[in-house]
Amino acid sequence: MKNRVVITGMGVVAPNGVGIPQFTEALKNGTSGISFHPQLKELNFSCQIGGIPNITEELRSRYFTELQLRGFNSSGILYGCIAGIDAWKDAGFDMHPESELDYDSGLVFGTGTSGVDKFREAIYQLDDGNVRRLGSTVVLQTMGSGVSAYLGGMLGLGNQVTTNSSACTTGTEAVLMGYDRIAGGKAKRMLVGSCSDHGPYVWGGFDAMRVMTYKHNDEPEKGSRPMSATASGFVPGSGAGALVLESLESAMERGATIYAEVLGGEVNSGGQRQGGTLTAPNPEAVQRCIRHALANAKLSPDEVDAINGHLTATSKDALEIENWTKGLGRSGEDFPFINSTKSLIGHCLAAAGAIECVASIVQIKEQFIAPNINCEDLHDDIKAMIAAAKVPTKSMNHQVDVVAKASFGFGDVNACVLFKRFKP
Amino acid sequence: MKKEELIAKLKPIIEPYVQDAEAFKNLSEDTDFVNDLKINSANLVDIILDIEDEFDIRLENEDMEQMLDVKSAMSIVTTKISK
Repeated sequence: MKNRVVITGMGVVAPNGVGIPQFTEALKNGTSGISFHPQLKELNFSCQIGGIPNITEELRSRYFTELQLRGFNSSGILYGCIAGIDAWKDAGFDMHPESELDYDSGLVFGTGTSGVDKFREAIYQLDDGNVRRLGSTVVLQTMGSGVSAYLGGMLGLGNQVTTNSSACTTGTEAVLMGYDRIAGGKAKRMLVGSCSDHGPYVWGGFDAMRVMTYKHNDEPEKGSRPMSATASGFVPGSGAGALVLESLESAMERGATIYAEVLGGEVNSGGQRQGGTLTAPNPEAVQRCIRHALANAKLSPDEVDAINGHLTATSKDALEIENWTKGLGRSGEDFPFINSTKSLIGHCLAAAGAIECVASIVQIKEQFIAPNINCEDLHDDIKAMIAAAKVPTKSMNHQVDVVAKASFGFGDVNACVLFKRFKP
Repeated sequence: MKKEELIAKLKPIIEPYVQDAEAFKNLSEDTDFVNDLKINSANLVDIILDIEDEFDIRLENEDMEQMLDVKSAMSIVTTKISK
């Protein structure tokens, strides 16, 4: 018998809102977090716009000690720790250096690459023959599991503490890894999420691939256009999202606020076969992932009220919609509402899945569907498969019981998770 | 450089890494960085880099190994700056 798993805490650091209240408002109002970054222009980027969360010095010092901030230059770890600590506190726990070690709580906090700016600093020093002057924190800030190492110590977690990495699938995969651990009885609580650094050294490789848009440098907020006829590539973002997953039993015992239930899901890979490549998904595997996620969650496709898609604003959006119609066996007027949080925050890469899972839960908690901004001109190929009204361009109040959230990543990897409004 | 003057220069370098504020208040030549001030041993290399910058000297691996308390730090710095 599997334990039921519920969500009792949330935290988010997104380009359009830091903290759940601000992020919720931004989702409801369709506020964009995309802006022009002169540094990208100076470095000759094609795409000179992006999403960077607004973190003040004052905010930073509420989460980190002065010592921790000495020589600190890892934006992903910064975002991850803020989101993680917020989620932990939201769930009713505190952060205290002397808190008792908790063997029943662990964390899975993913990232793509860590501390890229710190690594750059180190490389300059190394190449000057100054390895002896790197200081003590280069390893901690640049190791993949850096964010988990920082968070695990700040919160005193004693169960599994690890970092997963599966490109743009990372955050959604982390949720399912935490879910499995609690459902299987190996932990009572898992802090799950993911983070991504901002800046040219993370985004440059994508610019070189010509997968980011170069057409909206003078109108940044219109740049991220998932599902639109004029989508011309994604806009890079950054940040972090975090959820506290908890066994229903533990949540009830503590009298914790329950935001939603995680019904389960599926992760798989298309093996870079049947049309799948390092950078493109195998459609059959995506559809299988969706179908198996539903089966694992013991849901029928018609119970899905809304989809939070991967939908990055590249030419693959129509293929994703096709995969949803086939995976769910629903199309036209019968298709669920669908949105892409990326229209507001860009593609936050390794952080995308976690931030968008938070967005999914917020929509369940507040009973609304967030708008797809910049999608007034829905792509013809998408119109041919689903009713245009299912891609709302304005925020709408609506009963939302079940949300399907999927993420797809380089390496042909897929994850789909199902969240449901909590009913005892 | 006089001893008091040297300690006064070392104190602000050490302070950011100190985990036991009480012990820091009573800092003397005999104070041990790790045992008394509860400094994370990983941070000793950071203190050494900060000392290098402050006194414009270079400390070798052998110097670092010895620099475990205020007294040894003072003696190494004194030797280096007199060269």
